[in-house]
Amino acid sequence: MNTAALAIELPELTEDDLVRYSRHLILPEVGIEGQRKLKAARVLCVGTGGLGSPLALYLAAAGVGTLGLVDFDVVDASNLQRQIIHSTADIGRKKLDSAEEKLKALNPAFNVVKHDTLLSSANALDILKDYDVVADGTDNFPTRYLVNDACVLLGKPNAYGSIFRFEGQASVFATKDGPCYRCLYPEPPPPGLVPSCAEGGVLGILPGLIGVIQATEAIKLILGIGEPLIGRLLLVDALKMRFRELKLRKNPECPVCGAHPTVTQLIDYQQFCGLESESDVQRAVKNGIPQLSVKELKKRMDAGENLFILDVREPFEYRIANIGGKLIPQNEVPERIGEIDRNQEIIVQCKSGGRSQRIAEFLKQSGFANVANLAGGILAWSDEVDPRVPKY
Amino acid sequence: MTIFIPTPLRAYTAGKDAVEVNAATIAGSLDELTTTFPELRKHLFTSEGRVRAFVNIYLNDEDVRYLSAKEATEVSHADTLSIIPSIAGGC
Repeated sequence: MNTAALAIELPELTEDDLVRYSRHLILPEVGIEGQRKLKAARVLCVGTGGLGSPLALYLAAAGVGTLGLVDFDVVDASNLQRQIIHSTADIGRKKLDSAEEKLKALNPAFNVVKHDTLLSSANALDILKDYDVVADGTDNFPTRYLVNDACVLLGKPNAYGSIFRFEGQASVFATKDGPCYRCLYPEPPPPGLVPSCAEGGVLGILPGLIGVIQATEAIKLILGIGEPLIGRLLLVDALKMRFRELKLRKNPECPVCGAHPTVTQLIDYQQFCGLESESDVQRAVKNGIPQLSVKELKKRMDAGENLFILDVREPFEYRIANIGGKLIPQNEVPERIGEIDRNQEIIVQCKSGGRSQRIAEFLKQSGFANVANLAGGILAWSDEVDPRVPKY
Repeated sequence: MTIFIPTPLRAYTAGKDAVEVNAATIAGSLDELTTTFPELRKHLFTSEGRVRAFVNIYLNDEDVRYLSAKEATEVSHADTLSIIPSIAGGC
């Protein structure tokens, strides 16, 4: 496609655009043509949470013509420490609706496309195909691999960012000659090894730092300026405020983007990450551990049963909220195992059911015959049994 | 030589974010690290002794997988090793 034809296809800027984007128009690296490229561009933000918030806001501010948003979640109070596109008045509301409202307030002229769904192998190719650039702001490994593979299969660059506690990573994956996420990490970690933000905590500002880096990369890709993070992994340590860069190479044997790909369609990413298969209905047993629902636990408590609830969270969490369990933080369980009665049924509990599942499996391996996991943890207890129990 | 320990693995190095070692090669350095902090071993290595696929080891800014001598590469005082695990948070 020659530049003359490209210029004809780019949308014109309105009078309002010329005023609004004047600081871009003055920049030689952007100019009128660059702003028209932004106006023509279609970017998909997968997730409107921590990373998605600054990403979407800055892309809207920059004048990206169409922003697709993928999210199925609802705003809750604990999001507001970092998901700055949402506000207190939005608690309980769908994140998509809240995000759309703020984005349109910032920039009424641009288009928001809401994808109210969980991104999956069944819909990812269909959703991603209409966009030019994808910005991955999700929070779990199966979706990251899904987005990566879909981007490679469709030829869409992926402005990647991820965070953990106070460290972040950023790069651009899935360009034609550059590496993809699987070149860096061919396999996901075993489930439960890397806690989610809910379990591990996250410094509120961190997705702000990384999300804006992703937005920057998306804009550079659209404009064709600067040096995008292709083949480069940016590591951010917010506590030390250190930025480091590592070289990323395209793996010639990568199963998705290599010379002889073996993954030519989307797979079951839950299974790939060692989790329950996408097609499985919620089972009452996970890895040999019976899952107890909070409602069932309440019933048994009300019936006067003598229950041993083992709470494996940290002391500061116990102080915020507890349901009277015996507190042994997860890392202390091996050395304090003598304090747990082998002859009783042990119901292991944590905040959302992840840590407790791992400890339940550990107890089973250590010879405890009767162990169950409280599915959903104290958060589910607060949602479904006793709303007076604080969520955090 | 300094080995940088990423956040998810600091629970196994008594909270240290950097560990000094004194070995001649990358493999030797990782060995010294996991001898000092044995709990780290299963998070870094498979039972066959290979580095796990969701962990990348970098000598300075280069991925060890792409060095010609890989883990047998010699190291000096001025080098650093970084352990870079995958993280997925974004919410």
